[in-house]
Amino acid sequence: MEGILIPVAVVAGLALLFGIALSITSIVFHVRSDPRIEKVRETLPGANCGACGFSGCDGYAAAIVTDGKPINLCPVGGSDVLAKLAALMGVEAEEQAGKKARVLCQGNWQTVEMKYKYEGIQDCASAAVLLGGMSACIYGCVGLGSCVKACKFDAIVVEDGLARILPEKCTGCGMCVAECPKAIIRMLPVKTAHTVLCSNHERGAVSRKNCGTACIACGLCVKNCPLNAIRMDNSLAVIDPILCVDCGKCAEVCPQKTIRAIR
Amino acid sequence: MKELLSILIGSLFIENFVLSKFLGICPFLGVSKRRETALGMSGAVVFVMGLAGMCTWMVNAWILVPLHLEYLQTIAFILLIAALVQFVETVLKKTAPPLYKSLGIYLPLITTNCAVLGSALIHVERGYTLPQAVVYSVASGLGFTMALVLFSGIREKLETCDIPESFKGMPISMVAAALVSVAFFGFAGLVLPG
Repeated sequence: MEGILIPVAVVAGLALLFGIALSITSIVFHVRSDPRIEKVRETLPGANCGACGFSGCDGYAAAIVTDGKPINLCPVGGSDVLAKLAALMGVEAEEQAGKKARVLCQGNWQTVEMKYKYEGIQDCASAAVLLGGMSACIYGCVGLGSCVKACKFDAIVVEDGLARILPEKCTGCGMCVAECPKAIIRMLPVKTAHTVLCSNHERGAVSRKNCGTACIACGLCVKNCPLNAIRMDNSLAVIDPILCVDCGKCAEVCPQKTIRAIR
Repeated sequence: MKELLSILIGSLFIENFVLSKFLGICPFLGVSKRRETALGMSGAVVFVMGLAGMCTWMVNAWILVPLHLEYLQTIAFILLIAALVQFVETVLKKTAPPLYKSLGIYLPLITTNCAVLGSALIHVERGYTLPQAVVYSVASGLGFTMALVLFSGIREKLETCDIPESFKGMPISMVAAALVSVAFFGFAGLVLPG
């Protein structure tokens, strides 16, 4: 019994000694830092996604308090966090125009032909190097869910080979945008719901052959937009989110149902 | 004095921690990309290793040996080194903020550096006296510094070299590290007095 007691006592004693020594030094050598940093840090979501442009939530908290950086840079926290930060820092809450990710493609297994069956690594970038992915449209969603893996908030699902973003879960951090090899995920302002859900730049006839819901560049939306907020960019309709007032005319006239309102 | 000098030369060249004993490989490959980071890391390692060498000798000679608990060395030294690193960090933060800032993340990283624990265990195994242990630990740290700085120079040169695509980055660093290590085995033939 004694054989085990002494070693245990020695190790525990050493640990206790070091613990006491450390707590004494932390009191003696205490560095006064702004207590607001810690409070701001607690208010921030703590996902450390880096969407604010600082190295994680700690870095942003320090930047707010010491360098007076604006408090509206955290897209994850949204208006709740913004209001709390405003109260904490004693400044006006000025909401940044919120942006959320949208997948600009509607090509799922029903609407797009498949060129081949892919059985390689389940990663969009890998599939995309083989003839531009398995779907007939080389601009569209590959559907292997690289964006799903990139999303830290479970806000993306892949259904029938098409990635879909759940707006209620999307925090607008933008992690998925860089991950998509086809660059079809865009950060778009929340205030306008109508979106051209297509990214293909083929001529109308080719796009119509490849996909049932592609933009065929007919130009009806451009003609019917009361505010001239839509233009044709290389056989693809593009809505200018600054001019758009969400009237919905374009969605009504679109023959392919490419323009839809999504929240 | 002659003895201390031979310990110094021995642990710098003949038994270089990184290149002959293969301890501390992780920071050797991890922070040797740029010379400044290599110097920052090695500065912190020399500092902590020297302190740890002294403290572990005391703990060993005054607590563990009298109680015949030498088998507790590893766990006691890990405790000690972790506490020591924390202690150094707190003190530096207060007394020398510029040094604390320049050491940055490398200081807490040393807690898990096997070279620090290795030097402590080896000087105990060899039965060094206190001054010998301190010299040995500091010299080991300097050996680590030398390896890291030399290698960071090589890696900076590698950046501008025309390397085959498949060898770029880590593979060529591994090859270079192996060659440097082989070169250091040339010192193995040195025989030191004492």
